[in-house]
Amino acid sequence: MRDQRKNQHLLWRAGFGPSADQFKQIRNQSSGKLFRSMLEACQKAPVLFDVADSGLKAMVMAARNNPFPQRRNFSPEEKKDLRKQSVQDIKILNVRWLQEMTDTDAQLREKMSLFWHGHFASKTANIFYDQELLNIIRQHALGNFRDLLFSVSKSASMIQFLNNNQNRKDHPNENFARELMELFTLGRGNYTEQDVKESARAFTGWGTRLAGGFEFRERQHDAGGKIFLGRTGNLSGDDILEILLGEKQTAIFITRKIYRFFVNDQADENRVSELATAFYDNGYDIQKLMESIFSSDWFYDDINIGAHIKSPVEWIVGIRRQLPQDIGNPEVQVLLQRLLGQVLFNPPNVAGWPGGKHWIDSSSLMLRLRFPQIMYSADTILATPKDDDDLMMGLLEESARRRREMNRAGQIIHTRIHWETCTDQFRESKEEYLIPDIRQWLLQCGTAINNDSLKNFLNLSGRDNLIQSAIIRIMSTPEYQLC
Amino acid sequence: MLIKRREFLQLGSLATSSFLVPKFLKAFEGAGKLETGNKVLVVLQLSGGNDGLNTVIPVRNDIYYRERPKLGIAKNKSLTLSSEAGIHPELTCLKALYDEGNLAILNQVGYPNPDRSHFRSMDIWQTASGSNEYRNTGWIGRWLDAQCDHCDKPTQALEIDDMLSLALSGDRMKGIALHDPARLYNASRDPFFRQILQSGNAHPAADSNNYLFQVMAETISGADYIFEQSKLHPSLAAYPDTEIGKRFKTIASLICSGINTRVYYLSLGSFDTHVNQEDRQQKLFVELNAAIQAFVSDLKSNHRFHEVMLMTFSEFGRRVAQNASGGTDHGTASNMFLISGALKKAGLLNGMPDLSNLSDGDLQYQLDFRSVYATILNKWLDADDGKILGAKFEQMDFI
Repeated sequence: MRDQRKNQHLLWRAGFGPSADQFKQIRNQSSGKLFRSMLEACQKAPVLFDVADSGLKAMVMAARNNPFPQRRNFSPEEKKDLRKQSVQDIKILNVRWLQEMTDTDAQLREKMSLFWHGHFASKTANIFYDQELLNIIRQHALGNFRDLLFSVSKSASMIQFLNNNQNRKDHPNENFARELMELFTLGRGNYTEQDVKESARAFTGWGTRLAGGFEFRERQHDAGGKIFLGRTGNLSGDDILEILLGEKQTAIFITRKIYRFFVNDQADENRVSELATAFYDNGYDIQKLMESIFSSDWFYDDINIGAHIKSPVEWIVGIRRQLPQDIGNPEVQVLLQRLLGQVLFNPPNVAGWPGGKHWIDSSSLMLRLRFPQIMYSADTILATPKDDDDLMMGLLEESARRRREMNRAGQIIHTRIHWETCTDQFRESKEEYLIPDIRQWLLQCGTAINNDSLKNFLNLSGRDNLIQSAIIRIMSTPEYQLC
Repeated sequence: MLIKRREFLQLGSLATSSFLVPKFLKAFEGAGKLETGNKVLVVLQLSGGNDGLNTVIPVRNDIYYRERPKLGIAKNKSLTLSSEAGIHPELTCLKALYDEGNLAILNQVGYPNPDRSHFRSMDIWQTASGSNEYRNTGWIGRWLDAQCDHCDKPTQALEIDDMLSLALSGDRMKGIALHDPARLYNASRDPFFRQILQSGNAHPAADSNNYLFQVMAETISGADYIFEQSKLHPSLAAYPDTEIGKRFKTIASLICSGINTRVYYLSLGSFDTHVNQEDRQQKLFVELNAAIQAFVSDLKSNHRFHEVMLMTFSEFGRRVAQNASGGTDHGTASNMFLISGALKKAGLLNGMPDLSNLSDGDLQYQLDFRSVYATILNKWLDADDGKILGAKFEQMDFI
């Protein structure tokens, strides 16, 4: 079963875990072949998301196409509509992306996008901004980091979130320049405060409007001489980005982060250095970097398999891939994300989600352990997430009422699990190997509960019931949180 | 052989048949009662940015009334604290505590380079970080870390909520969040979970596995311990039938049971009154007042009031001028209340806010909140405030 374990490891790390219909494939194929097919599936360009309400879209198009640039704005009522509708639409985008992660063959691209989504963390109350940034990320996720960095830096979302709209000649706002270096490229300790000040000046004039789109406002731009990381000149924002990319430290910082996300929380500095050098030398080709990682022997070292605590999104999508189901109220996944501490499009701050052990506390662990049973019996999640004022933005009364209603009726997940697909996988398993086979399929590291003890908690009336209850129970273990 | 429930419950210890107890559970041995004289901190977070100026009202300040022609609370509508200060009319309990000398008011509490974003400023308050720093651990979490390693008291910090705040999240230790003891107990009593713990961790050398089992063991044993304790001395006092009333009742019951918890955390919200502030804030203050009143009264009749410190805060205050929607927008510094029978100094500790020295229409902080934390950590919780906060902040003398 060695290939199976390796293949599952690859699928959990380069994607969101094995899907129910890959059962045969992972037992018979080599990891090399499996990875090549994963790469193949990513060659086609992604279908971009477009979930915004049509009334809003019309409003935005009208504003964007206004022949007078200074009129490309919204009235106060339109602004209010945009904010209010965006809260709804961003949830729809959230669910849409989860669906893509679950269904797509281009697993590596969506997993990579999730990584960049956390790396270029941003939060707005504008569906178009959020959607545009995500689509930019999905398009460049496995492309070139240079293209990704430029597009993200000029995205409406990032400009607004990091206050570049307020960054003007004579009144600079350093937020974007600072986070660009601290979080997106070099990392702390590799630049000075003076560098922040100077580069902030270079980004003056970079703006966007509520209707979106990048605008360079010449009159607000400080075109004077600047000194940045030892280079002098009348540096523009583009120049700053090029200089940052020219620093090998950028390649090292990004590579280390990727290693920690995809391989092991403890970065092996020698490997990081080797990978980063290649990444830098080939001009920041992300796909090549990921190929190096996933085709290395060390990727499959025992110390890496089962070492990663699944993030809430990895955990939700992983369950959906292994236990295909039709969820009647898919927005409940947003509630789940909130209770587990990771809501897409709502990072805690610009540094993204810290991950690892931070995902696990008494409440989040109990919910993860209980959820399979809840799903199985379409039970009630009797939990209330904390208020998020940034998200609520004055809609509190309405949402509080809605929450009260839901809690009265019970917050029920409506789902129908495709059990036939699941039980089918184990059709050929001999009786005494049935439970071990299920364990091997679900877990990347062994549990100490032996099969006999486990049987005390299973439904032994018939093979299908045995399989179903075994899947549910094994998913309800601490080990299932790991991959 | 399954560990029986009873064995989990003895004094919260699992030590009866040690050879049956998996290694990591041995950490619970000796989790005794709270030693008498051990003080308890209750942190009440007012979420959303409570308007401090309409809470403790500068009744003699013309600037206040000029900037808030509609929203300003008239002197004769407020409850008098001093010649300069009134308090919001709904906060009758706080007025009484003030008169008794059991309420300390700190005005203009904030930090340098204030952030007006909810999630950012709340993180700053919860992690006790600087405005430009990002920390992943909370100040109470780091206090837990400093107490001991694999402490026998993972129930030392409890949050009465379904989710754990960052404030109680440390590097190694985290507080336990529970909506109420019964619910946590019901969630954790599945015999399958007990079997998992009984069988133990198959990979004790693996860091992640270890951590998962540690949290699981602490939660389940903690759930039992908390539930049993909550039944020892349930509060018989009358509490308002609001969410916050129930949470305070839970806390009072636990305090009076002698459980080893030293810090409780809860929140009330949302105070984000951009629109229709008068009604919104009033409604919340009615709830807040009734809950605190019941809580204080309960503690007093159980002779615990001098051992408990109730501290309130908000992630920021609001702008001095009212806006065009009957409300106020995000501001900066605001007030903190300290309620206890053990205050050495009470009343208005640092005067009233200075409305003539505003920064772009906002109050400038006069007191760094980390000084308050440092004082409480040092004098109330007997902890190394410098280590926990990452720097030394000035000690205050209210305790």
